Amino acid sequence: MGFLQAYKMAVKSIRSNKVRSFLTMLGVIIGVGSVIAAVGFAQGSTKSITDTIQGMGTNLIQISITGRNSNRNVTYEDLAAFAAENSEEITAVAPQVNAAMTVKHGTKNTETSINGTSPEYETIRNVHVQAGRFLLQLDVDYMQKVAVLGTAVVNELFEDADPIGQSVKINGQVFKVVGILEEKENGQTDSQDDQVIIPVTVAQRLGRATVIRNFAVQAATPEAVDSVMSKLNSFLEKIYKDTSTFRVFNQAQMLSTLNNVTGTMTVVLAGIAAISLIVGGIGIMNIMLVSVTERTREIGIRKAIGAKKRNIMVQFLIEAVIVTGIGGLLGVAVGVSVIRFVIGIMDIVPEVYSIPWILLSFGISLIIGVLFGLFPAYKAASMNPIEALRAE
Amino acid sequence: MQQVLMKVENVSKSYQMGEVSVNALQNADFELYEGEFVVILGPSGSGKSTLLNIMGGMDLPTEGRILVKDEEITGYNDRKLTAYRREKVGFVFQFYNLMANLTARENVELATEICKGALNIDDVMAEVGLGDRKDYFPSQMSGGEQQRVAIARAVAKNPLLLLCDEPTGALDFQTGILILELLHKINKTFNKTVVIITHNMAIGDMGDRVIKMRSGKIVEIKVNQNPIPPERIEW
Ligand SMILES: Nc1ncnc2c1ncn2[C@@H]1O[C@H](COP(=O)(O)OP(=O)(O)OP(=O)(O)O)[C@@H](O)[C@H]1O
Ligand SMILES: [Mg+2]
Repeated sequence: MGFLQAYKMAVKSIRSNKVRSFLTMLGVIIGVGSVIAAVGFAQGSTKSITDTIQGMGTNLIQISITGRNSNRNVTYEDLAAFAAENSEEITAVAPQVNAAMTVKHGTKNTETSINGTSPEYETIRNVHVQAGRFLLQLDVDYMQKVAVLGTAVVNELFEDADPIGQSVKINGQVFKVVGILEEKENGQTDSQDDQVIIPVTVAQRLGRATVIRNFAVQAATPEAVDSVMSKLNSFLEKIYKDTSTFRVFNQAQMLSTLNNVTGTMTVVLAGIAAISLIVGGIGIMNIMLVSVTERTREIGIRKAIGAKKRNIMVQFLIEAVIVTGIGGLLGVAVGVSVIRFVIGIMDIVPEVYSIPWILLSFGISLIIGVLFGLFPAYKAASMNPIEALRAE
Repeated sequence: MQQVLMKVENVSKSYQMGEVSVNALQNADFELYEGEFVVILGPSGSGKSTLLNIMGGMDLPTEGRILVKDEEITGYNDRKLTAYRREKVGFVFQFYNLMANLTARENVELATEICKGALNIDDVMAEVGLGDRKDYFPSQMSGGEQQRVAIARAVAKNPLLLLCDEPTGALDFQTGILILELLHKINKTFNKTVVIITHNMAIGDMGDRVIKMRSGKIVEIKVNQNPIPPERIEW
């Protein structure tokens, strides 16, 4: 019996047992689909975090004041002076006062993060305006109520109108919009595009924050980062006497922390993926076992008329490959659709499609389908034809 | 003197059922000649199927040997036994044993495409009276028609030997006679050796020889000097 004949037999058998074939496929579809969707979600989350950190600009050093000091706190002026002393290693310092507040325009309002800072922030964090202007030193010095909006805020508050020159209300105070930031993350909410930048002095008053607890420092080169950090540490130690009241850290540290987090997440999701593959695999196994057992009589007939074990096996192999193959392709389609339409539309994380995982889950389900299609077929084909014929 | 096709030499088969062993067949010993029509007759459980299955290479005896044209098939391994079934034997069963998802023609093809000297399928199907039923599925055919497909499947391989285990057992009288006529015609026109099992005494009259069995033993081998054609059988 030729290959073509076996193929024809296989197709006939699949066609004449639609429910059985469909159930087998369903196992594969679920297995493959869930792996692809789960991995897509994990990798999307990782990408979103990595993007955020990398979007912060390079050579960035963060200072965070965590404790209280009875004598005095470090001020923006202290750090500006320190930066001036080390001007060959430090290019800029910016204060940061952050708070979540409601921004209103007309009848519309949105909750966003208010970022009080100085003009240096523009170069340090690599945020630029696409229209209007950024903060000026004058705005900071004279406590001007001006605001630079992220695109997510613009989308929420202004429909088609040009926001520049218009006013918004932050916590009841009127601000004039002077600029719009360049878009970094498609204007998604809760991204870097969802923020309003105002002068640090205004933010302090708005949030009743007398002490500035966060500063961003930019080192001149990546090589200077370590040296600047140690100098900052000793400078701050002189003021606070206690190293536990402040923290100096940089992007490299954040990235390595992040890598730990995403590493864990990948392991967890790989575990979930493995479980769904196993569950899908057991489904395939079950149906294959049942369907071949069901067909022992058929195998008996063919053995009785003298079909070789190999002839019978080839047919079952082709059947298993077709059913699990089609199931696998549908599973890929389901998984990709979940990423595209569920994850994509819910807009929590970016859409990421992992080709290796798609191939891996497809391959594994194919292997399971083929093994568990072939093994019982082999058992049946090894039976004495009389016994096989007696099976009902 | 007729040519010997098969020698059944002192063949026994017993099944071990826990403590007890069932002797399904004891010391069967006879010869089968080329071109003859043999009827195996006996009550239920007398070992008819056991004997036929061993003759057809579907099962192995616990004792004794079987030679087909002087070649011992009882010593064959699984692969050679399969080849023997494929090339030398045509089997017809009581319950047809057709593949439900294949048409009549495809069921016959299933057998012919794996063996060497197969006959033309369409000729054979016309011969068994199924020229116009080739594309029917088993579920669309009567029992008699299904049995014709089974016979076509067995004959089309052009085997040495046609073994039929109660071919009329599931059919009514009229249809049964037609099937017997067909087997008789195949026996005469193709000069094929045909062995049929039955527990219907009347059918015995059409055989050249009748092997009577009881309790796993051959109790009598009767030679019919004047076998009557199936159309004149009555029961
Ligand atoms: N696989 C088996 N295991 C145990 N005993 C068996 C097995 N096959 C057959 N037998 C026994 O062997 C004896 C002969 O069986 P066999 O099938 O040859 O009878 P038979 O003459 O064909 O009967 P029937 O006319 O009912 O088909 C019976 O007693 C049966 O129970
Ligand atoms: Mg029987």
